[in-house]
Amino acid sequence: MSASTTIPAESLVGKSLTRVGGRDRVTGAQRYIADIKLDGALHVKLVTLPVGHARIISIDTSLALQVTGVSCVITAADLKQPVPRFGPSFNDRPVLAVDEVKYYGEPVAAVAAEDEDSAEEAARLVQVEYEELPGVYSVERALASDAPLVQAPSLRGNNPLAHTNIINEWKLDWGNVDTAKADLVLENTYTFPMISHFAIEPFAFMASAKDGGITVWSPIQHPFVMQRIIAHVTDLPLSAVRIIAPDPGGSFGGKAYPKFEPLLALMALKTGRPVRLVLNLEESFQASRRASNQVWVRSGFDHQGMLVFQDIRADFMLGAYVDIGDRVVSKAAYTAAGPYRNPNARILARSLFSHTTPSTAFRGFGVPQVSWAIESQINQAAEKLGLDGLEIRLRNVAHKGELVIPGGTPADGHWEQTLQKAADAIDWGTPLPSGRGRGLSMGMKPSATVLSSNVLARLHMDGSLSLLMGTSDMGQGARTVFVQLAASELEVPPEKVQITMGDTSIVPFDSSTSASRSTVFMGNAVRLACQDVMRKLKEIATEQYGVAQGEIQIFGGKLHFAGRSLPYTTVLKDYFGPGRGEIIGLGTTRARFEPEHPLGGNPAFWELVAVGCEAEVDTTTGEITIHKLATVTDVGKAINPQQVETQDAGAAIMGLGHTLMEHLMLDDHGRLRNAGALDYRIPTIKDMPGSLHSGLVENQDGPGPFGAKGAGESGILSISGAVGAAVSQATGVIIRDLPLTPERVWLALQDKANINPSAIHSKSLDHDSGVHQLADGLK
Amino acid sequence: MIEKTITVTVNGEVHTRTVKVHRTLLEFIREDLYLTGTKEGCNEGECGGCTILFDGKPLNSCMMLAMEADGHDILTVEGLEKDGKLHPLQEAFIEVGAVQCGFCTPGMLLSAKACLDEFPDASEDRIRKEIEGNICRCTGYNRIVQAIQVAAEKMRQDTLIVNKP
Ligand code: FES
Ligand code: FES
Repeated sequence: MSASTTIPAESLVGKSLTRVGGRDRVTGAQRYIADIKLDGALHVKLVTLPVGHARIISIDTSLALQVTGVSCVITAADLKQPVPRFGPSFNDRPVLAVDEVKYYGEPVAAVAAEDEDSAEEAARLVQVEYEELPGVYSVERALASDAPLVQAPSLRGNNPLAHTNIINEWKLDWGNVDTAKADLVLENTYTFPMISHFAIEPFAFMASAKDGGITVWSPIQHPFVMQRIIAHVTDLPLSAVRIIAPDPGGSFGGKAYPKFEPLLALMALKTGRPVRLVLNLEESFQASRRASNQVWVRSGFDHQGMLVFQDIRADFMLGAYVDIGDRVVSKAAYTAAGPYRNPNARILARSLFSHTTPSTAFRGFGVPQVSWAIESQINQAAEKLGLDGLEIRLRNVAHKGELVIPGGTPADGHWEQTLQKAADAIDWGTPLPSGRGRGLSMGMKPSATVLSSNVLARLHMDGSLSLLMGTSDMGQGARTVFVQLAASELEVPPEKVQITMGDTSIVPFDSSTSASRSTVFMGNAVRLACQDVMRKLKEIATEQYGVAQGEIQIFGGKLHFAGRSLPYTTVLKDYFGPGRGEIIGLGTTRARFEPEHPLGGNPAFWELVAVGCEAEVDTTTGEITIHKLATVTDVGKAINPQQVETQDAGAAIMGLGHTLMEHLMLDDHGRLRNAGALDYRIPTIKDMPGSLHSGLVENQDGPGPFGAKGAGESGILSISGAVGAAVSQATGVIIRDLPLTPERVWLALQDKANINPSAIHSKSLDHDSGVHQLADGLK
Repeated sequence: MIEKTITVTVNGEVHTRTVKVHRTLLEFIREDLYLTGTKEGCNEGECGGCTILFDGKPLNSCMMLAMEADGHDILTVEGLEKDGKLHPLQEAFIEVGAVQCGFCTPGMLLSAKACLDEFPDASEDRIRKEIEGNICRCTGYNRIVQAIQVAAEKMRQDTLIVNKP
């Protein structure tokens, strides 16, 4: 039989199979954590203080303990000493506040009771005497010489920065920024606010201790990170720690790392009862956020618009504990200069402590915060140089194979195509309806580094297939993609493929579901596991039928040799006996650890997006209407186009949220002023753009299955720059602080109206040193 | 604590239970009846995750007390499927890709059903208006609107077939 008659292995690839798990999600059968009943579970309620920073003087639990149904009230003093501390990168976060509360929402005690009402009543009766202390609630305060130190230097080892609020500094430097000669220099400062993940499912956790081990239920994205951390706080071996991770009801990074699971594990061990904690929305707001930042940037261009240098300083307000924040900052620093040929760059990104909720992973992982500044600079340069946002980018964008960072991964796609498609999608270059503006931007994110993923593939005696793996399916549709890949590889019907995830006692190790890595790394592991199954099938066929391995071909779900065609089921039955065995394949992928690399290794691919926007501003209210929004992503190959497009659409709207409306606000005591769905606005259906386009570039040039690259985050990377440019073209004002709320836009318009036009011009020139002579020279 | 005995029809089944007077209808549905398809997102009437149909009208069940439901008829997401057959809305949500994490989906479906029950020929604007109170953080909404349109078309076709002489 010739190979041309085979069903191509990619037959299911590139098809939009409907979501695996979709049915349970539309019938209400899908069980999220809060839907799972644990018999005999105690309900936990956290006790917090109404301030961001305080010294704890005393805690009196006697009244709380009198409430009927209360089982225990735990404070730091009741835990083993020193109180266990944890975190994905540093063990800096105590399970319960020790001596000090360092952010609004940090628990000082936890009540466990038979029912929720009693737990809530008792929590109100825990009496905490405290002294409020001055807090660090902004980047400026964190860096002020008289600012209180958020973290005790004794906890920071030999870190030379231990006596500051600077957690770490990430520096990249190439070429020579100081001697580079530019015709146009723009120097500006941009800010990006604190953002809430606001997954619609609030946080929920459970724990139960049994047989010398502990089981923790969490909607965690990275169950194996959780397992490591629970083992650390409980002093149990990994084998005694089981993490059950049901599909999260949205995460976006917010559920990537442990929150109160370590506390629950210790409470379960202490009480000998299962414990359960479901946070309300306000508490969920206090539990996770995106880091805010301030970016100062000086960009130099020659008169043709070529980037000459970028000098970037970005300060990120991470919060009271490091969580994964410093890794966020490292990645933001690494890609700060953008997807362009950068002859000279100097980047300094600092991670700062503050008395605020620890920031954590958030879709885009630091890139949106820097891209806003960098892309706005490019748009302003284009305007000053008489170019447009497309032309200036076409001149600078790295072509395939060119470096964007010395020694880094070269541009791995035809990024100029991506850019052109985004421009076309919003009719760039066609006459603009009056009162409107258009803008473009680009974004680039490094994929995961240092990792490993495993898949076990079990080919059962009836020809069906089970895959076991540690990925989390939080809405991105990972299961569907893996079913498609496995079904294609082994040529079994997709409905016969079952995937098990979310239980560390069953599935093999996986580093994380993050950095848009699963389709590439887990996807490759799925294919390898299936290939391992086929290799073993050939092995047993050789033994069973006495045929040389080289003579066996596998396609169409059958083994073909010596004129025979045997389905898998026959081979399994012949070899093991009826109903007596199965084949188990293993697939492993790994990205090597390079200790000297700022990211631990070069990214396997870039997640690359171009964004186009057409907007209009109501000058009487400052309200922005988005008429067109387009994102185009270089995904290499969309295994499931529908899922990629819907991911991109969701990410784009999330980006529109932080661009137009979202920001967490603190009062002078470090308290969140706008926790809740109404006060903290996220996009509702009323905020949708007139048209939303999610385009893909597929040149099959990625490292994943069939040339796939990662997807799912790109949409959010660079919305702000494009919207900002459209708004400034529509209004003539430039705003450098997000979000672009009506109030902020209106004020900027008032400012403009109150100054005569020439004054505005020179005002902006003052900001942009070096522009004067060029502006004249260009005319 | 003061309690009250109520009788409520949920998804066609009559339940008589004694509830605390401050128990919300959402708690009653999720905890007493253990119908967990109805979601708690905010408990403040702001996200629509807990949407049910109350005598056919969409309602945030977190904002009503269980005892106020005494004698009323409730439909939750679990009641949409009939005899193992998905409602056209459920089918369309899967088909069109309107479901990602799925947490908002039950509430969305019920708001959508209320919309199509009242306006079988609902325009796109009408659909958008009727699901305004349901927040989704995953999808960007367009696919949801599209799914409702697909379902509406299917339901109109089905009605035509049924009504054929
Ligand atoms: S839970 Fe009822 S509206 Fe959000
Ligand atoms: S699908 Fe996740 S919130 Fe709507």
